[in-house]
Amino acid sequence: MIAWLYGIAFVILAPLLGGLVAGIDRRVTARMQGRVGPPILQSFYDVGKLFEKERAYVRASQNFYILGYLIFIAFSGALFFAGGDLLLVIFALTLSHIFLVIGAYSVTSPYALIGAERELIQLMAVEPMIILVSVGFYLASGSFYVSEIAAYGGPLILLLPGVFIGFFYALTMKLRKSPFDIATCHHAHQEIVKGVTTEFSGSTLGMVEIAHWYEAVLLIGITWLFFAWNPLVAVVAVALVYLAEIFIDNTTARAKWGFALGSIWLVTLVSTVANLAVFYIGGMA
Amino acid sequence: MAYMKRSPWIIHYDGSSCNGCDIEVLACLTPLYDVERFGIINTGNPKHADIFVVTGSVNEQGRQVIRNIYDQMPEPKVVAAFGICACSGGIFRECYNVDGGIDQVIPVDVYIPGCPVRPEQIIDGIVRALGVLEEKLAKMKEDGR
Repeated sequence: MIAWLYGIAFVILAPLLGGLVAGIDRRVTARMQGRVGPPILQSFYDVGKLFEKERAYVRASQNFYILGYLIFIAFSGALFFAGGDLLLVIFALTLSHIFLVIGAYSVTSPYALIGAERELIQLMAVEPMIILVSVGFYLASGSFYVSEIAAYGGPLILLLPGVFIGFFYALTMKLRKSPFDIATCHHAHQEIVKGVTTEFSGSTLGMVEIAHWYEAVLLIGITWLFFAWNPLVAVVAVALVYLAEIFIDNTTARAKWGFALGSIWLVTLVSTVANLAVFYIGGMA
Repeated sequence: MAYMKRSPWIIHYDGSSCNGCDIEVLACLTPLYDVERFGIINTGNPKHADIFVVTGSVNEQGRQVIRNIYDQMPEPKVVAAFGICACSGGIFRECYNVDGGIDQVIPVDVYIPGCPVRPEQIIDGIVRALGVLEEKLAKMKEDGR
């Protein structure tokens, strides 16, 4: 019962937290570039405005697909915070992105087509890593359930340092940060990387933004699991990880998709698989 | 209601400008003026934009493009003509290939003359455009759209 309350709390509170994180992100980014930056609540103003705009669309079905994207991303986050099965969380997250891809494909615009393809490449690059994260959690804690992983009691980060490095590397792409922001990013508004959202406007674009907030909170939650034994350490670690991602975003140029895909797979293979191999060799699994 | 004023997204089109005004528009994004602190974003996409910023006069080849960008923008939308060429054609007004200001093709809400427009003028022009944007939004709601 309590678990489902956490899930419902996520659905209501995650957009508030996610929007705030996005606002702080933009502010910190501006400061790193020597600018003043927008107000902390700017993301909420943007989405509020988008819902005031005219409902213009190419095909009515695209709004349905984006609604599916939003609902499934909220579902996967709710399942995570309700302490559910991590594998199911990951599959629901993947399904939500597939909805985004179908939405972009459905409008048959060349920009949206390229954007959809890049979004698929992003999924391909990150998916093995995300699944291996859950495998790592299982080997270390003996359960796929988020509630049991969180209640493990020991510092999982010390058991899974390689998995964490791989996750951190893939997180750059998941949070749509440079150098791996190959499918939508928060800066390059004029460029092809914005392709996937080209044909969405008004409230549909607003829903894409809200889905990004949900996803950011879910990813912060997964990062939290590595440090869950001590909430104070977890807060500091999550803040540092996010700050590091903003720093990387501002100091690197965008990589080509081939390099992004290859390097993420390589890091996944080397650091994560080495980490998991230790479990088997050491007989801990 | 107040959101529209706090998050104006812009699409910038160069009609047949000499690039003077364009560089000033881009200068607004630099740390010195930093228009993002007002929530202003330079989108490259008419479907995301609220304010259509045009620099330079209209020529025969640009007519269709300007019309097309304007039509793709969702309501409420505002057109701002930045620089004297966009307002009236400027010194190129009498050229055989120039039709005059942007208002020859689409309705213009804000005229900001200058050769080139200064970043301060651009920010002032956008603030004025926001007033028009609010009016249009109010009218849109009255009409029940």
